[in-house]
Formats: sequence, C-alpha cells, structure tokens
Amino acid sequence: MAAWLRRILIVALITLAIAAPLGQGNYIIYVMTSWLVFSVAAMGLNLTLGYAGQISLAQASFMAIGAYTTALLTLAGWHWLAAMPLGVLACFVVGFGLGYPALRVKGHFLAFVTLAFNTLVFLVLRNEEWLTGGTYGLVGIPRPNLGLFSTMRSLPFYYFTLTVTIIAALAMWGIVRSPWGRAFRALRENPIRAESLGVDTRRITLLAFAIGSMYGGLAGALIASLVQFIEPGSFGLAHSLRILLMVAVGGAGYFFGPFLGAGVVILLPEILRFTEGYYLIIYAVLVIVMLIFVPTGMIGMWGRIRDRFIARPVARADLQQGAQLK
Amino acid sequence: MSQPVLSVRSIVKTFGGIKAVRGVSFDVHKGEILGLIGPNGSGKSTLFNCILGQLEPDAGQVHVYGRDVSGLRPSKLNRLGVGRTFQQLSVFPKMSVFDNIVLAGQEHRGTMLSRLFGPSDAGLTADAERMISFFRLDHLRGTLAGSLSYGQQKLLDAAMAFMAGPALVLLDEPAGGVNLTMLAHLRERLAAYNAEHGTTFVVIEHNMEFVMSLCTRVIVLAEGAVIAEGTPDEIRSNQTVIDAYLGG
Repeated sequence: MAAWLRRILIVALITLAIAAPLGQGNYIIYVMTSWLVFSVAAMGLNLTLGYAGQISLAQASFMAIGAYTTALLTLAGWHWLAAMPLGVLACFVVGFGLGYPALRVKGHFLAFVTLAFNTLVFLVLRNEEWLTGGTYGLVGIPRPNLGLFSTMRSLPFYYFTLTVTIIAALAMWGIVRSPWGRAFRALRENPIRAESLGVDTRRITLLAFAIGSMYGGLAGALIASLVQFIEPGSFGLAHSLRILLMVAVGGAGYFFGPFLGAGVVILLPEILRFTEGYYLIIYAVLVIVMLIFVPTGMIGMWGRIRDRFIARPVARADLQQGAQLK
Repeated sequence: MSQPVLSVRSIVKTFGGIKAVRGVSFDVHKGEILGLIGPNGSGKSTLFNCILGQLEPDAGQVHVYGRDVSGLRPSKLNRLGVGRTFQQLSVFPKMSVFDNIVLAGQEHRGTMLSRLFGPSDAGLTADAERMISFFRLDHLRGTLAGSLSYGQQKLLDAAMAFMAGPALVLLDEPAGGVNLTMLAHLRERLAAYNAEHGTTFVVIEHNMEFVMSLCTRVIVLAEGAVIAEGTPDEIRSNQTVIDAYLGG
C-alpha cells in the first residue's frame, strides 16, 4: 500500500474512532472500549505469533497478571499511571521466562507448554484467596484520575483507552519497522539461516514473548479499570483462544490485523444480535468459512482481491524448501 | 607462512556406529579458495556443519585466526567474521531482496538497543545497494525473495553471506541446481569478490568444472578422511581420487 494512502486511511480510522461513540449509549461505548482493549492484547500476540512465529496460548494469563497487579496497587491507593507500568514490567519478566521453553520446543508442543502456563496462572488466581480474592475476585477497582479529565464516565474512559491504544500502536509500529522487526520475521521464516547471519535467535525468541506479554499486561491494566471488577474466570484458556482467533481472523503478521480481528470477534456478535437466538451460530459459521477460504485473515482477503486486479510478484511455493529447514 | 584464517584440527564426528568424519585436519590461508570435494556420503557436509557450529564434533578443534571457536553458536561465529551459504535455498521468501541483504548486515551494526531505536535500515542502505549491484540484482531490489528464480535465489544467498564483510565464507554447494549461464555468472562474481576483498573461501561442490575453475587448492574426502590434497590440476590426475569417485 502506498505511504500516502496508508496515512489517509490511518487518519480516517482515528477520526472514525473518535466520532463513533458520540451520541451512543453506555453499552455501545463499553463494547467499543472492549474492542480497543482486546486490540492491544491481540497486537502483543501478533508480535509473538504473527511476526516471530512463536505460538502462544497464554495471552489471557498476561492480561490477568497486568490486571491483578494494577488492581491490587490501585486498590492500595496507587495511581493507575504508576500501577500500570509495574503490571506491564511484571508481564515482561514472566513473558521472558515463558520464552525459555520456546528455545527447546516448537509448534504443538510449545502450544501445550503455554496452555499449561495459562492454566497455572488461572489456578494461582483462584486458589490464592488472601491476595486475589479467589473466585470472588477484586471489586471496586478505581479508574485513572487525570485531574480535570475524569474517566469515571464511559465516554471519557473510552477516549483514555483510545489514547493508550494509539500510543501502544505507535510503539509497536516502531518495533516492527526497526531491525528488531526484521529479525522477528527472519526468526519466523528461517531460524537457522537467521542464526547464521548473526541474529541471536535465542534472545530474539525471548524478546518476542516478553514484548508480546507486555501488551497483554497493558490490556489487562485497561480491562481492570474498564470493568472495575476482575475474577480468574475472565482470564481462562477460552480467552487466550479468543485472542488467538482475533489474530488469525485479522491476519497474523499484519500490523492492522489485530484491530480488524478484535473488531470481528468483539463487534460482530453484537451486530448480529438482531438475529436473536441465531447470532452465535451465524457468527461461528462466518468465522469458519473465512478461515477456510482466507486463512491469511481479513487483510489476506484484501490481498486476494487486490491480486485479482493488480499483477504483482508473490513468493513461489515451489522454491521454499530452504525456508523449511529445521 | 602467516597465521591461517581457518585451522581445522582432528575433527571426529560419529552418528551412532557410523564415523562420518575421521580426524580431518587442514588449514586455509588468507585469500585462498579451497575446494572440499568427495563422493556422496564422504562427510563433507558433516565436516562443514562441525566447523560452523551446527553440529558439535566428538573430538577436534576449529580455530579462526588462532581463536578456538569449537562449539561456538553460529550467530557468534558470524559476528567473528565467518559467513556461510546453505546447500538448500536459504533466503527469507516473504522479505524483499533489499530486506534480505540488510538483515544479513544489521546484526553487525551498533548494539541491540540502537537497533531498536535507530533507523529501520540500520544505516545499511548504501552498503546494501552496493552489494545488490555487485551481484547484479538491481532490477530485483524490491522483489520478494521467494518470487525469484532458483538461480537468482542462489545469487541472493551468496550476496547475503558477504554483506557483513566476513573474512571467511563457507559455501555449501553454491552451484547445485543452477543453470549454466547463471553458474558462469556466479563463478565470475565469486572470483571477483575474492580478488577485490581478499576474502577466504571454502567451497563444497559436486560440480567439478566449477571447483576446478574457481578454487586455488582442493581437498578430497572419502569415507570421512582426507585422501588427497593439491592444486586442481594435481587432483584431476590423482589416481586415488579417480578410484574413489568411480568406486575402484
């Protein structure tokens, strides 16, 4: 996509995101805020999985670590802006540690390791009642107080979340455009060749997990303030799978994929509510059909339409054996 | 004689009960182009992988400019100035030719943090353009590497191995599957690079004409051991080598 067209689209999308909640009720604004929060979480998983090629089924557990750290600290009187970085830092450290198994196991085995980690975090949150409140969770989590700009009402909190999302997206843009981004893609496409060119694939793998987890932590810090109540069930395996679905539906390895994917997974069921009892069935069928016919996600769908009308070179499938070196 | 760029000492590697490499030793000096040939199963690729840290030898040492690099990870070896190509196509298919070349040099620029906060090309655009021009890939600069022909990918693979300005490059069957026109082009470019930069090459190859016309010295392996060593002309007329290839 041409740079000028991309800029125009970004400005149009931000304008739309600013204008869309105006005049809407609290529920619609809540759904839109959820879309932004899950876009942040999916952005992180997109780095780990889409760019660096490391499967993770534990993104919801990082949301949990970010959410509980922020909740506990804000309930203890800390400001959100002081508590959130600690939650994000905790996710960086834990994510870095979770990356170590990825140095030894790949593919399905790595998926099971991360799945086990998600379950472990869930059990800790449920069983350590003295700290987490157990199944009753934590209630009354305060929203950030920004002086003149109070986020207690839903619309200001939406704009606060939008601002945080834009900052997080800009940081992610900087990462994927930097030599680190190139190294992440090299890790995904051909780790042995990348290593032979001086890329420290061990460090890059760990960083892919750590940075992706940070975004999960940030999303957790936001959701704790959005809902003002958290409990372990909100961060179970099903939620990690949901975030994985967002990345797959939007387009793994594409910058705007997570926004589109989170849009489909969060917003589409709401749009389909007019079908009453059938909305989940229709939603599931739509997702299945899309993943069968366009496995590269919604951005891949746009690529298919474009390729039909504009001739451009594509990577040849018959000459890629080198990329499959293991 | 000056200190060798690469010194391989008594490398042994076994797989189960099979001795793939049996105490191979040799030196390679600055600017040399050493050919490593032998019939299939003679241990060439295993020896290569032991030198390059992809396999851990059971015994023996590898020295680069006198420094023991045995067991060093490939990325560290690369940062010490050792480049390589692979027998199979080994480019990054979904990146452009330009990005492939920049990637091949970026880890040699600055620190980890400067690569995060610095320019996206790691300050390598001019060097990358020069390398692309040297291998005459200018017209393919923005093309996805995966959409290139086999021969073009082989050229790109070689260009990537040279991007960081290595002192030593190990080329694993660079001529494999390349058509005659592209082969002549590849040989001419490798010879030109060697002449211009004095870079040392070690080449594994089955294409005898390619080896004999490019290399200054040839080592022949059979059943994991060195059976002959000499200039291309000496090797061509060596009866032991002829017997090994013909199964005599």
